Amino acid sequence: MKFNKREFLELCGLSALGVSALPLLKLRAGQVQPNPKAMVGKRWAMVINPGACTDNCRECRVACDQIHNIPHLPDPKHEVKWIWTENFENAFPGQEYQYLEASLKERAIPVLCNHCDNPPCVRVCPTQATFKNKDGIVLMDYHRCIGCRYCVAACPYGSRSFNWQDPRPFIKEINKEYPTRTRGVVEKCTFCVERLAKGQIPACVEACTGKALVFGDLEDPQSEVRQLLSAHYAIRRKSELGTGPQVYYLV
Amino acid sequence: MYDKGKILTGLLVFLVLLTSPIWYNFALGKAGTPPQLKVGTKEKKCIEPTAYMISSHMTLLNTWRNAVIRDGNRLYTAGDGKQYDMSLTKTCLLQCHTSKAEFCDRCHAYAAVQPYCWDCHNAPEEKQHEIQ
Repeated sequence: MKFNKREFLELCGLSALGVSALPLLKLRAGQVQPNPKAMVGKRWAMVINPGACTDNCRECRVACDQIHNIPHLPDPKHEVKWIWTENFENAFPGQEYQYLEASLKERAIPVLCNHCDNPPCVRVCPTQATFKNKDGIVLMDYHRCIGCRYCVAACPYGSRSFNWQDPRPFIKEINKEYPTRTRGVVEKCTFCVERLAKGQIPACVEACTGKALVFGDLEDPQSEVRQLLSAHYAIRRKSELGTGPQVYYLV
Repeated sequence: MYDKGKILTGLLVFLVLLTSPIWYNFALGKAGTPPQLKVGTKEKKCIEPTAYMISSHMTLLNTWRNAVIRDGNRLYTAGDGKQYDMSLTKTCLLQCHTSKAEFCDRCHAYAAVQPYCWDCHNAPEEKQHEIQ
């Protein structure tokens, strides 16, 4: 059979076309889309007014722990926490001084993941298990987490907890609507991304009795967070590190 | 060929050893009997055609996982236009396959795969079945 160069090239071209069309055969008709009821925002953030935070009230943490199946472990070294409280000097180590206003000094400051603009945890993650989503929320894909804890070391806020043991036996009542975690993965606050997807505000904000926590979209000039920030002076935790934290504290 | 007898005998012994699990199952009479699954639903149709679900449910679940976590897309429109919440617990289990032990586990045990979905995802409470 005669087979010249032209025919050979034509055959190559046709074969390449055929191979590139292969995925079409496998393509499923299924389409994905966000829930139409979801809250829409471009840059989620939180403004916290510690002055409105009631003493010894831990409703935010209780709500968060219950909804997200956060275990209560006996060993404090193994503690898992998404939102918790710190003393002022621990939350803002650079801002503390001897003659600090007494009310502020003794106040418990609610702290959580700052959902940084420039998150160091995302930069160090070797498997891209942690990432920043399109709305600015720093999230975890637990399926990909290999438990190396680089992110725990990189986060300057202590916002990441590692599961040293199976958390399930230490969860009082498992919320069936939300998965638990497993031994060997890191977990953190998600700004309640699963609630935003249903059109609900984060659980801690909803549970807060003193309205000390405000959640909203920074890109929307009419949002409550923007109104608060333009009317008050706010500080952020360790912003000098260049992480661009997006949880603001009114002082 | 030198040592033809030894080589051929050796090869034969090797092949028999290699395929011994198959002969063993044949001898016990339990070869090739796929497990009886209890689908556990009144729905007439799977999310996608049944053949696709049997062969590629793991691919579909991976697609769901990435769509939900990475892109925040939580609604799945199937080929027939029906919409589903992309949730392993709420859609796959609670809506259809109410018995994980008699559906998921039976086939996974037969195929000797140990997916770790349930380390984190919640399965509805059910009586402990003997996995066969």
